[in-house]
Amino acid sequence: MLRYAFRRIAGVVPTLLVIITVSFFVVRLAPGGPFEQEQTLSPQVRANLDRAYGLDRPIPVQYWRYLRGLAHGDFGPSFKQHDFSVTELITQGLPVSGSLGITAVLLAILIGIPLGLAAAVWRQTLMDYGITGLVVLGIALPGFVTGPVLALVFGVYLQWLPVAGWEEGSPRYFVLPALTLALPVIAYVARLTRASLLDVFQANFIRTARARGLGPWRILWGHALRPTLLPVVSYLGPATAFVVTGSLVVETVFGLPGTGRYLVQGAINRDYTLVMGMVIVYGTLVLLLNLIADLVYGWLDPRVRNE
Amino acid sequence: MSEIALSDVRGSRGLWWDAVVRITRSRVAVVAASVILLLTILALSGPAFSRYTYDALDWQHLAAAPFATASHWLGTDRLGRDLLVRTLYGVRISLLISLVATAISLAIGVTWGAVAGYVGGRTDELMMRFVDVLYSLPYLFIVIILTTLFQRGSLMVLFCAIGAVGWLTTARIVRGQTLALRRREFIEAARAGGLGTAAILLRHIIPNLIGPVVVYATLTIPQMILFESFLSFLGLGVQEPLASLGSLINDGAQEMQSAPWMLLVPAGFLVALLVCFNLLGDALRDALDPREH
Repeated sequence: MLRYAFRRIAGVVPTLLVIITVSFFVVRLAPGGPFEQEQTLSPQVRANLDRAYGLDRPIPVQYWRYLRGLAHGDFGPSFKQHDFSVTELITQGLPVSGSLGITAVLLAILIGIPLGLAAAVWRQTLMDYGITGLVVLGIALPGFVTGPVLALVFGVYLQWLPVAGWEEGSPRYFVLPALTLALPVIAYVARLTRASLLDVFQANFIRTARARGLGPWRILWGHALRPTLLPVVSYLGPATAFVVTGSLVVETVFGLPGTGRYLVQGAINRDYTLVMGMVIVYGTLVLLLNLIADLVYGWLDPRVRNE
Repeated sequence: MSEIALSDVRGSRGLWWDAVVRITRSRVAVVAASVILLLTILALSGPAFSRYTYDALDWQHLAAAPFATASHWLGTDRLGRDLLVRTLYGVRISLLISLVATAISLAIGVTWGAVAGYVGGRTDELMMRFVDVLYSLPYLFIVIILTTLFQRGSLMVLFCAIGAVGWLTTARIVRGQTLALRRREFIEAARAGGLGTAAILLRHIIPNLIGPVVVYATLTIPQMILFESFLSFLGLGVQEPLASLGSLINDGAQEMQSAPWMLLVPAGFLVALLVCFNLLGDALRDALDPREH
């Protein structure tokens, strides 16, 4: 297990370095600098700006400085939002995005698994067809459709919940964004759980349990549940990556002060350091969560770690 | 040599014929395929029959509701542009981008996977390690970086950016299939006949990969549609006055309190396209999967 864990961790470090290096060089070598749109700059001011941000140095020197800053948790100053460092912007937004993402994943587990189990237990009944139909819709519908539609129904017509906004994280403002983010993940978890339980029901040890005269609920809770959840655990890594990208849309739709909008704004404004900082933070997050999912899976299933 | 290649193709015809029969028997697949066909025809020919173009402003009917005026069937947006025409243009662009992006990702993926699988050894290891590294990057960031770099809204950049990140899974599937094909007798015979690596790949390996590649392609198209709309929704994709389903949905979401049809019309078209492509892809996979027989 230790060797397996070590191998996985050793694989993450070079990938992270590749993310940092590629995003640095691609963004830095791009046509159109961060100050290009401010037309009225005199050459002198321009030169001073370049010097202040270190843009007059050779690219390898800039790269080395950037890496050194990163090691100290410093993502550099934002080129467009003056007087803010990228680190400040990210630490402002991260609690919002983080709590949203965690709620979405929890909702997916708490709603998706029971739905999938119910569909498999009452297979080929109205219950199964209803859940399967909802799952197809949930997987096909993107957040930028469900989000506005949910806001239209519950915010504009029924007026139960606010249409958008944040208000210091009051729960009323939290419900619709978290639900929008969670819906596709709920659907996917439900589909996985259903398929997995149907698979497990075919196994010999379930037949043995039936032959011993155990009731259907004893079999489900005592025997079938644990092996059923294995594929669901391995999906949680990709699911978090999905939630991270999905939060971009949800934050745009509901106007939340999270980190997602920085990536979009930064891309539109060519705010180099902000885009790089966001890519690195999100990339690290996705890599770490995948690593955790891999480790949990290796711990649950010994065949994986001895491959 | 050409005789060997021909007999390969003929050998796989049985599977194809089976697949066609099985698909036409599945009601879901037939309905999904018909809806896709209908939408495609509508998107291609519909705007030609309308009095309006996608960027024509009608000052008499600003933000008109559907069926409120005789000429704008599905209403207009806040600039008085006909919503039906704009949505059909959006469907056209979404279909175009997703097809081109799928083609690009298939071309790269099939070549990459077939070469890695057939050549093997160090080359294979290096090529697939590269795929692994790209795989662990969130693909969205690559596209956002690419669209940041080049001129926003250029369709060419969108094609390339979306296609360039979609080939990874294809490459993996193709490599796996190639590894199995490489050991077959007809490949050995071709090699014994003195054929070069490139010729074997083109004439013998790739024709035999078409089945799984077609299935994966049908499932890739809705992903590409979704991805293009997603970028356009964020304002990183197709730019005004052109419309894509994503940018129309974004416009509609801004106005939904006063003009909900601006959101619901493009959203309805997008959902219909996505659901139909997903259903068709699933049915195709079931029909072509020999294990199901």
